Amino acid sequence: MSRPSSMRTPLGRVRNLGSSHSGTTDFWRQRLTAVAMTLLIVPVIVIVLMLIGRNQAGAAQILGSLPIAIILVLFIIASAWHMKIGMQIVIEDYVHNETVKLVSVMANNFFCIAVALASIYAILKLSSGV
Amino acid sequence: MAEFTLPKNSKITGGKTWPRPAGATETREFRVYRWNPDDGKNPSVDTYHVDINDCGPMVLDGLIWIKNNIDPTLTFRRSCREGVCGSCAMNIDGQNTLACTKSMHDVAAGGAVKVNPLPHQPVVKDLVPDLTNFYAQYASIEPWLKTTTPTPQKEWKQSHEDREKLDGLYECILCACCSTSCPSYWWNSDRFLGPAALLQATRWVKDSRDEATGERLDNLEDPFRLYRCHTIMNCAKACPKGLNPSEAIAELKLKLVERQI
Repeated sequence: MSRPSSMRTPLGRVRNLGSSHSGTTDFWRQRLTAVAMTLLIVPVIVIVLMLIGRNQAGAAQILGSLPIAIILVLFIIASAWHMKIGMQIVIEDYVHNETVKLVSVMANNFFCIAVALASIYAILKLSSGV
Repeated sequence: MAEFTLPKNSKITGGKTWPRPAGATETREFRVYRWNPDDGKNPSVDTYHVDINDCGPMVLDGLIWIKNNIDPTLTFRRSCREGVCGSCAMNIDGQNTLACTKSMHDVAAGGAVKVNPLPHQPVVKDLVPDLTNFYAQYASIEPWLKTTTPTPQKEWKQSHEDREKLDGLYECILCACCSTSCPSYWWNSDRFLGPAALLQATRWVKDSRDEATGERLDNLEDPFRLYRCHTIMNCAKACPKGLNPSEAIAELKLKLVERQI
């Protein structure tokens, strides 16, 4: 591992830009979404099992039920959010080039939001019977 | 990116095998990491044979025996030889620990005792790592009592119960076995404070006499300084004093959630 060859004192390097006073919100949300997914996974599996072998009309009929649609939408929100936080942590762990890191974190955000919105749109479309 | 291979000048090359001590009836093989900043060569692993009938039982005894009887250039730190000072922390048989409290007979029976410097730190010479950054991180958590209330005439009082909350924290000897065993610390030691400094931070956050708890938590609340800890628990496994830095860090995270929710 190479150390920056600056003449800054070791303490100056450690203090660097100071604390960002953040991270706790993500830490809490990661646990919150994990608990939410744990609670939702059983009904989601049941719903998926119910959907197996049905055509679009059959699926639309099942998803037309409000509680079922809500469970699926909640599961999508929890898992996409969890995925976003988890992937960001992996990027922060291993990507040290500031530009690559910024672009990766941005791409991660876009990807997770796109996946979540596409999934929610599909569920709403089916549940409204269109 | 994280570095998964050693830089070219750190690749280990074959080392010297020193002759067995004359007249020794029972010997133990030691394979020791050697690197000299002055000769421009890559590091190597030298093989020594220690006369175990002429030497104490600990790995440190073996190293001292080598230095006294075979190779006086072998360089390592040691002081108290009883697990109190933390100077002789090194990687023995793949595990960070103190050479003075690790018996050479506990190392893979019959096999060689493999000794390397603490991982992922710059090496000063042989088994001596450069811990400048580690000590600066300790200094950054300001490990002293901070109060605004005027100092009492006699002493800052603390109940027995509050004192007991510091058990499992105050015993840390800052040997760096935990921090240098932590993968998160390997990849991000420039920003992540590491288990040792965070355990010490917990020790001051939990001290009932301290009046700067919130300020301390403010300074720790950072995705890199604190939240690089992913509870891998190598720290707890490595700690030669049997402490659990992972648990201490979890307590910090809990306190940060507690003041927010």
